[in-house]
Amino acid sequence: MRDPSTPAPRPRDHATRRGLIALGVFLAAVAAIWAGVRVLSSPTGIQDAVAALYRLVGARGAAEAVAVYGLTDTTEKLALAAVALVVGVGGVWAILISVNRLLEALGGRFERLARPWVFVLPAVALVGFYLVYPTIRTIAVSLTDTGTGGLFENYRQVFTRPEMLAAIRNNVLWLVLGTTGSVVIGLAFATLVDRVKREALAKTFLFLPLAISMVGAAVIWRFVFYWRPPSEPQIGLANGILTSLGYEPVAFFQTPPVNTLVLIMVMVWLQTGFAMVILSAAIKGVPEELIEAARIDGASEIQVFRRIIVPTIRGSLITVATTIFIVILKVFDIVFVTTGGRFGSDVIANRMFQELVRFRNPGLASALAVVLLVAVVPVMVINVRNLRRQGVGS
Amino acid sequence: MTAEVGSREPKARRRDDLLPRGSVARLDPVGTSFWSRALVRAAVVVIAVMWSLPTAGLLISSFRSANDINSTGWWTALLHPFETTWTLANYEQVLTASGMFDAFVNSLIVTVPATVIPITLAAFAAYAFAWMQFPGRSFLFAVVVALLIVPLQMTLVPLLQVYNRTGLTGTFLGIWLAHTGFGLPLAVYILYNYISQLPRDLFESAFIDGASHFTAFTRLVLPLSMPALAAFAIFQFLWVWNDLLVALVFLGTDSAVATLTARLNELVGSRGQDWHLLTAGAFVTMVVPVVVFLSLQRFFVRGLLAGSMKG
Repeated sequence: MRDPSTPAPRPRDHATRRGLIALGVFLAAVAAIWAGVRVLSSPTGIQDAVAALYRLVGARGAAEAVAVYGLTDTTEKLALAAVALVVGVGGVWAILISVNRLLEALGGRFERLARPWVFVLPAVALVGFYLVYPTIRTIAVSLTDTGTGGLFENYRQVFTRPEMLAAIRNNVLWLVLGTTGSVVIGLAFATLVDRVKREALAKTFLFLPLAISMVGAAVIWRFVFYWRPPSEPQIGLANGILTSLGYEPVAFFQTPPVNTLVLIMVMVWLQTGFAMVILSAAIKGVPEELIEAARIDGASEIQVFRRIIVPTIRGSLITVATTIFIVILKVFDIVFVTTGGRFGSDVIANRMFQELVRFRNPGLASALAVVLLVAVVPVMVINVRNLRRQGVGS
Repeated sequence: MTAEVGSREPKARRRDDLLPRGSVARLDPVGTSFWSRALVRAAVVVIAVMWSLPTAGLLISSFRSANDINSTGWWTALLHPFETTWTLANYEQVLTASGMFDAFVNSLIVTVPATVIPITLAAFAAYAFAWMQFPGRSFLFAVVVALLIVPLQMTLVPLLQVYNRTGLTGTFLGIWLAHTGFGLPLAVYILYNYISQLPRDLFESAFIDGASHFTAFTRLVLPLSMPALAAFAIFQFLWVWNDLLVALVFLGTDSAVATLTARLNELVGSRGQDWHLLTAGAFVTMVVPVVVFLSLQRFFVRGLLAGSMKG
């Protein structure tokens, strides 16, 4: 590291030496990453690497032991983790630092011109490859990979085949009930919790599901709604309550449309915390004087809520609703893990995955993805416009 | 784009002040009776209990013997704690025989680089977008941020084809790069909002002292941007750890690489009736994100707000 207080000009030979060092570091980093990736991608990579290391230091006996018996599973796994973390985290930094050093050593006009691109290009290139190229290609595949059909054959299938229409219909139900449920409960809780002691603790209970994966949530709720034949004891909470009240146990996941409603509930459980935190912050931003003035004028608490709080936090409500809307539009894990889309509970993203992986039908899968993109765009426009308005307001 | 992106910053900061910890409850508004306050308190308690009951059932069951789980509901263990056989055997079995330990390590191997790499690249890019002059700057920035719109599903078909051709499918390198690509728009967006708001004088005096852009970046920008870096890091960490779709498509279910979420999903498929394994397995997948979340909640909320736009 150069001391920032040293004057900028420096001796030429110094720069050359520094450049050579940087070049060396750069090459070493690239070589190390390449070697690391090789070790990671071969099943016996770690074992071979450790054996080679032992041989290098002359511990022939130990090397042979490793080669013959292998490492214990745990040791190998942890060694693998160490290699992976060094390669993944250290590699990127080593390359970036050495390229920058190289540039500094070169100096002059070239440095000035190239510098911004060294900073920007890695990110832009990755985004180009992982988002721009696939988007264009997916649209192309959806139009061309149609077998014997015409240009819009895949889209025709999306909007005519009964199982596709069922998935779309379910997705609409998800969007309406899921978004409304999360926002309404989130808003209600945010309003109520504003008036009790131990507010932070109460909020944590609703907020915690946000840290839980959709797979985890699916397992949690699969347990709650687990069904067993009436002859056996019910171990799921829902059927436990039903049977103790004298009703027959319900096979929630196998019965349409109950299964979709139950799955939507899982999503509401996950998303309400998000709605609650954002809306609670917005409610606390409503000026105290405004609320006091209304109360003094004789407004009831419900009037204060409807006439003052809701209109004031309108921007946050739109942000929350659009955000949850987009999450729900792309719902996949919850359905995939619980019903796999069977029993009439399919949704678009799960259908898309099935078409891609199970039925090997990339054309139809692409068309379904494009449907999702087209559905996201107007919601995003509303969201961005809303954010911009809030930004101007502050 | 630039102007309105920058102007959002005070808003974000204000929300941050309003986090659960520092907030003051509006107690005793004029004219509320004891009964209406009791009603509000009861409603809050009921909702909070409803929200935690499913997880509580899972947690309690994971410590009960397989026999107990199958013969009575978990609530009986709560009512008769001394007549229940409490055990750690479920965890032992799920970690070893069901391969959850391997999957745990795999998840770590996937998640840490998939968090650090995008932050590093995005910080460099955000700095250049905010403080360097080059042709096409605002166009490139607009494109990167606009890509927040693209749903992951749009990328799967073409990327899978490329991955299969190049042998990247099922490798850690492949999934690090995929998560990096998907996370970059959000990372650049969050970090740009922060870095572009740093005071200009700071950079000017650094440059007068002979600092290069690289020195200014590593010595000034990175340390000063810690809150934004932490916010994105937590968001991305939880996102990658909890992801199933990307892990299934690009990494697959081979036990050498499968993540916790993929493993748990398999467990549901193959041992769907064995709740002593499923409950313990689910808890193993949850423990890291929940600990991260509870200890770093403050940063998480900030990231959540900005990150709510991720595609």
